[in-house]
This record gives sequence, C-alpha cells and structure tokens, in this order.
Amino acid sequence: MASYKFLTSKSWMPVLRHVSKSHYFQTVYLSSSASVYDKDIKEYKAPQTDTTNVVKKLQRPPFGKNLFLGKFDNEILAFPEVLDKERLQMLDEMVAPVEKFFEAIDSKKIDAEGKIPKETLDGLKALGLFGQQIPTEYGGLGFNATEFARIAEITAIDSSVAVTLAAHQSIGLKGLLIAGNEEQKAKYLPRLATGEWVAAFCLTEPGSGSDAASVQTKAVLSDDGNHWIMNGNKIWISNGGIADFFTVFAKTSVRGKTGEMEDRVTAFLVERNFGGVTHGKPEDKLGIRGSNTCQVFFENVPIPKENVLGEVGAGFKIALNILNSGRFSMGSSGAGMLKKLVGWSAEHAINRKQFGKPLMEFELIQEKFAKMAVTIYAMESMAYLTSGMLDTYEEPDCAMEAAMVKVFSSEAVWNCTSECLQILGGLGYMKDYPYERFLRDARILLIFEGTNEILRILISLLGLQHAGKSLSEMVRKVRNPTANPGFAVKKMWERFRRNPQNPSLNLHLESFLHPSLKRPSELLEKRVLQFEMAVEILLSRHGKEVSTKQMDLRRVADVAIDLFAMTAVLSRSSRAYCIGLRNAEHELELANSFCVDADIRCERLISELFAGEQFTQDLSLKKIATTIFQNKGYCAEHPLKQNA
Amino acid sequence: MSLRILVGVKRVIDYAVKIRVKPDKSGVITEGVKHSMNPFDEIAIEEAVRMKEKKIAKEIVAFSCGPAQCQETLRTALAMGADRGIHVEVAGPQFDTLQPLHISKMLAQLAKDEQIDLIIVGKQAIDDDCNQTAQMTAALLDWPQATSASKIEAKDGSLQVVREIDGGLETIKVKLPTVVSADLRLNEPRYATLPNIMKAKKKPIKKLTPKDLGVDVSPRIEVVTVEEPPVRLAGAKVENVDMMVEKLKALGHA
Repeated sequence: MASYKFLTSKSWMPVLRHVSKSHYFQTVYLSSSASVYDKDIKEYKAPQTDTTNVVKKLQRPPFGKNLFLGKFDNEILAFPEVLDKERLQMLDEMVAPVEKFFEAIDSKKIDAEGKIPKETLDGLKALGLFGQQIPTEYGGLGFNATEFARIAEITAIDSSVAVTLAAHQSIGLKGLLIAGNEEQKAKYLPRLATGEWVAAFCLTEPGSGSDAASVQTKAVLSDDGNHWIMNGNKIWISNGGIADFFTVFAKTSVRGKTGEMEDRVTAFLVERNFGGVTHGKPEDKLGIRGSNTCQVFFENVPIPKENVLGEVGAGFKIALNILNSGRFSMGSSGAGMLKKLVGWSAEHAINRKQFGKPLMEFELIQEKFAKMAVTIYAMESMAYLTSGMLDTYEEPDCAMEAAMVKVFSSEAVWNCTSECLQILGGLGYMKDYPYERFLRDARILLIFEGTNEILRILISLLGLQHAGKSLSEMVRKVRNPTANPGFAVKKMWERFRRNPQNPSLNLHLESFLHPSLKRPSELLEKRVLQFEMAVEILLSRHGKEVSTKQMDLRRVADVAIDLFAMTAVLSRSSRAYCIGLRNAEHELELANSFCVDADIRCERLISELFAGEQFTQDLSLKKIATTIFQNKGYCAEHPLKQNA
Repeated sequence: MSLRILVGVKRVIDYAVKIRVKPDKSGVITEGVKHSMNPFDEIAIEEAVRMKEKKIAKEIVAFSCGPAQCQETLRTALAMGADRGIHVEVAGPQFDTLQPLHISKMLAQLAKDEQIDLIIVGKQAIDDDCNQTAQMTAALLDWPQATSASKIEAKDGSLQVVREIDGGLETIKVKLPTVVSADLRLNEPRYATLPNIMKAKKKPIKKLTPKDLGVDVSPRIEVVTVEEPPVRLAGAKVENVDMMVEKLKALGHA
C-alpha cells in the first residue's frame, strides 16, 4: 500500500562503505545477524479516517533519528494541536460515559477470580470500545492516535480490561487494518468493531520470544493450491481463549531471489471456525490476571488462500509494523493509571497523621509526590507528542519515538506505583488496598510489546543506522577534498573548533519557547550537541561491532529517550504557559525539574560514551558476569567460610 | 400511541465533585469543575427512549436552559436516544438567578409550539434540590401531573403511574397530555455509547433565547450570601449507657 514507507535498506546494511585508515571514521557495519530488528522495517501510518477533517499533513523529518545527527527540528517545539474544537468536544463527551463505566468495574474481583465477567465485556462492546481505531465505514469509531491515547488513559484503570482491549485492537486486528485488502477488511472489520468477534495476535512460541523471526509454526499450500494447512503451537496469547479471529505468523516456503526455496514468515487471518484451532488453560499470572492468556494450538487448520495478510513471505515486516505502531499508547495509559494512584495517595498523605502532623508536611513525602508528578508530566508529554506526530505528519516515521515512550513509561509506571505503595506503608501492602494489584499489573509493561532491553537496542540501532547513512556521505566528501574543497575545509574547521565539554549552542531552541524556559532549553541543546559527538565517536570507535556493544547501545538509547522527553516537556509547558492554561506555572516547574534531572543523567551517560569501556565499569562487569556463568551462579565464598 | 415527548435536562455540577463556595460567598465555584447531566434527568431521558423503543413515542425532544456548555448536556441526551435538542441560552448573572418558574414557563411554551403530548423531567436537580419544575409546568399548562414516578405504563390515552410517597406506593392514572417527574427507581439509565455519541453529532440542536419563548428572565431574587455547611464538631466517647444518659441530661436533651 502506498501509505507505508519502507526504509530503503535491504537490511541493517553497511552504513558506511568507505574505509579510511587515517581518518576519524572507519567502515561501520551494523551486524546483519543477531538482531531481531534486523530486517526491513515498514513504518505504520495512523489511519486517516474522518474524511471530512482531512488537513494537509506536515512534511517533517524523523525527529528521534535526526537527534543522532545533532539535527533538531525546531517545529516540534510548537506542541501539536491535533483536534479541532468540535472533535475535541466530541472526545470529551466520549470520555464521560467511559469513565462512568470504568468506575463501576470491580477490579479486585476480576483480579481475584482471574476472569472479566461477561457483563463487563458486553458493556465494553456496547460502548464501542472494541472498534476504536477501526474506520467508521466499517462500524468503528475511527479514532486517530491522539483520540485513542486519550481513551486509553481511562481504560488503563483496570489493567486486565486494558490488556484485553489492547490485545484485540492494538495488535490482534491491527494487521488487518494496516495490511489487509478491501475484501478482508469488509469481511472482518464490522464484526470486530462491535466486539461480536474478539481478535488475538499469535506470534510468540515456546522457542521464539524476543527473536520473533524464528517461529516454527508452519503453513504449507494444499495440493489443490486453494488452502494453506497450518500446524504449530503459540504461547502466551492474550485473548487466546476468547478470540474468534487470529492474526497468526507462520513459516512458509518461498522461492528466494536465488531460486532456492527458503523459509519466510507469512501472516494469516485465521478464524476459529476454520477448525483445528484449540487453546489451553488460562495461564496463572502475576498480574493482569483477568486478561485471558493461553496457549493456542493449530492442528491441520485449513486457511483459504485469500486469508493471507499482505504478501506471502512479508509476515515479519507486518509483525514489526504492528508492534511498532501500538507502543505509543502506553504513555497515556500509564499516565492515566498513575494520575488516579497519585490522587488516592495524596488523599492519604493529606489525612494520615504521624508524629503529630500530616504526612504531606514531611519533606520525603513531598519529594516523592513532586518526582512522580514530574515523571507523569514527561510520560504524558511524550505520549501526546508522539500521537500528534503520528496524526499530523505525512508518512510519520515514529517507530523510535513510540519505543521511547514505551520504555520510559513502563519503567515510570513500575517505579511510581511502587512509590505510591510506599507512601501508604503497610496499608499499601495489604490486598484491601489496590496498590499491590497495580504493582503486580504494572510489571508486565516492562516485558511485553518488546522487552525494554530489546527496545533500547532498537532505539539505538535505528538511530545509529540513520546517522551512519548520513555520515557515510560526509566521509566520502571529506575523503575527496579535491572534488569538494569547500566542504572538507568547513568540516575540518567545525570539528577542530568544537568543544565536547562545552559545545557552542547554535540551535537557538530558546527562541521557539517561552523565555522562562531559556535555562532548561539550554540544557537540552547542550546535550543534543554532545549526543551527536558521542554517536560519531561510538561509530568510529566500534565500527561494525557497534551493534554488539549493548552496554553502550543502552547508554545511547537512554540519552535519546531523555532528549526526546526534555523536548516534549518543554514544548508542552511552553504552549500551556503561552495560551494561559490553568496551573500553567506549575507546568513550567514540572518541565524545568524534569530537564534538570535529565541533564544530570545525560551528563553521566555521555561522559561514559566519550570515555569508552576502558574507563567505565563495562569490562569489569563483563568479567564478573563471565565468572558467574562459569560457576553457574553466585560464587563468592560464604562470609563465614574459613581457610582450613 | 405515538407521543411526542419533551424532556428537560439540566447541566449540573457532577455528583462526585466536592462543592466549594467562592471566597466572596456569592455562589459556588463552577470554573474548572466537572459538570454532567442531572442524574434524575438522565432517568427522564431513559424513560422517554424506552417509550420510543416500545413504539409508544415517535419523537423525543430534549431541552436545556443555561450557558453554551449546555450543548454538551444536550449532546448526551441525543446520544442516549433523543431525536433533537433545543437550547435556550441564558448566561452570566441572569443564569445565576434563574428559577424553576422560568424553566416551567419555557417548557410550557415549548409544549405548545412543538405539539408535545408528554413532558418528563427529573423530580429535582441535585444542585438546587428545588423539586418544583414539573408541578409548575403542569399548572401553567393546566395539565395533570404525576410526580416522583417509579413506574410508568401507557394505557389507551392515559398513563398509569406508580409514585413513591411517604410510607408506600401510590398508583394513579393521568390523562394525556401530562407532566411526569422521574424518581430514582424509575429505571437505570443506559450509557451513551461512543458510536451513538458520534451519530448524535448529526442530530439538530435548535438555539433559542428566553425572549423567543416570551419568558422574562430578569432576576426577581438576589443572592445575599452562600455559606459552606457548618463543620461537624468533634464528638466524645462515653463508657456506658448510664454515662450517656448523664451526658444527655447535662446537655439538656433528656
């Protein structure tokens, strides 16, 4: 389809082709083997549904990726206003009944019984929540990313329900939305929009977790060529026991370019009615206990050949695209949940007295609330900045931003939920209070939809690949000074002049923000410029090995996440202050506080990137880990041990 | 029967909001405070929608009077199943002193203009707790009234209404056209579903002024002061019944 953008690369390809013995740069290849994301990545484009409200989309460069080049798109500092007045009013009207419905849900019971009652599911379906991003012409609500994010704030109040809804539409039927043909959409979307049919996404297998390309479920074409016959076993499938419609990824034999048959992943749309689809017992989980998770078995399932999703052999791209497109909403859903928790905890801190005064008067309690508010502010800002980019950009390239939102918010939710429980003390630990449940529920966020470890690698490799492409161009020019004399001299001069510890600020970010944000904007700018240098150093230092340097990749990802978050809070708070929203001054404080903290984190990470592994703990940590694995566990002698 | 039903819906501060008085005691704080449809009016709309579903009614007109945001309340009514809305815009100080009598006059005039057979309103609004509008509307129109209804059944040209009264239930029969006010147990209002909220966008809302209905809303009353309810004083514990009696005697209660 024309609306998807394919990265031009065939794989994580050689990003720098020019070998230079004398120069700063060396050839850089990103390994084409180990990484899960080691394939073409197709970008997801948010559905443009309401044809009456089509606004000309903006053509903007990829923000996150360009950070790796020290390029900063100043336009982003005008926080997006995605919805016009009427659309926003309608959204507000929709928020009310959804809130009311969720207030009545008995989450404690759902958690205890491990099941969402039928009446609750029916209510969710009747409200229309199963068809949020399905276009209106197929009976859905036609939400864009921003509207979807807003409603996710509310549905997150019950994690089991939230995961059920997400498994249905963020992944279960998303493939059909983005890669389905007209016949497939017309056949399935109306039933999925009403929730008459529930969808599930079947990728993970016992031997294929984060390494999603290695699925073993197999589909072979029947002798008459009309059906695919599928056999295999999928695990941890959300909605697996209640779904009627499955997006299943299976290996198929495809004739490759060389004419040899090779295994490629293909996506299939499978109805439970096809026969041969069964499922196991619901898994007994730490959290999201009401969400149905189980094994799904496919035994000689006949699938009509028109139910191949996209092209045969293109399944892996579709899977990544589905996962990349769903992640951004974790920011708003997490924020929605935390706002509730912080409200309840604040109530406690105001009323609970110890040592003769309410908890809220103690500094350590104040610190906790302030830090949580700063964190939530950053989550919200990143989530709605990303959804705004998805909605307003022409062919948005937001896989990196969405992954950043997911990593940042999943960890923020986990930490803040734990802090809220801490504020309640012993009460928070009791099952009579909801805090322990929220904590258990939050834990999955760091694991599913791509573990945070995998996503950090994804973030840095996406960026490094982007930087590598552009840098290779530069290297070519610099290496051929006779053809590009002006360019070479300019670059040499720039490089000579620049001071890694105190780069001269030339991005002028402050001129796009309210003057009261000058200081934090300078912090951001300094770190952006240093980040560019760190990326160059990393690429030149490690060359093609960079994709295996996970400790450095983690640092790169963490800096990039903080830079994006700083950008988001500055952009949002500046807008809030300029248009005079209620409590806008508070927002300036939140933004400033976030930037100061992020600056400190970035300082350390960047200095470690500059320094390299000889000067960090990395080598030592690797050595410790090696010893542990050699001894199959912790191997320091017991402290009481004496020599004979 | 194919009735045309007029339902009054009031925009009030949401029931879950803790009401706070303005520092100058001129009223309560409404800015930045969540508002929603008066719960009794939701019940009224629900009853009308059910009558339409049972083919007793053919059209439901929702009416709201107040500032521009009342359109949101009307949208909710439309999403629940009303066919069209009428918004009589009254804002600012005039709205602050608006009384049930003004609303009754508007309802009565609309009933004539729109050839209404049945008016349903909530028995009272949760903000001012007046419980007057249904009664005065009936009087102005010289129609029968069935207030605090907990069950309504349509029977050839009339309604049989069960009313909750002190100490029991009263069943009455009223001839149409009539005015009914809805009590808490009449029904359980449905949620406005998201698809219906979208569809409601296409339903018309007519905007009128009080003048269009010949109603003079210039204030007849003046709000002197609005006070918070007194804070409940701390109590004391007694050891046993004897001590309690003693305390009560000392306080002059026994």
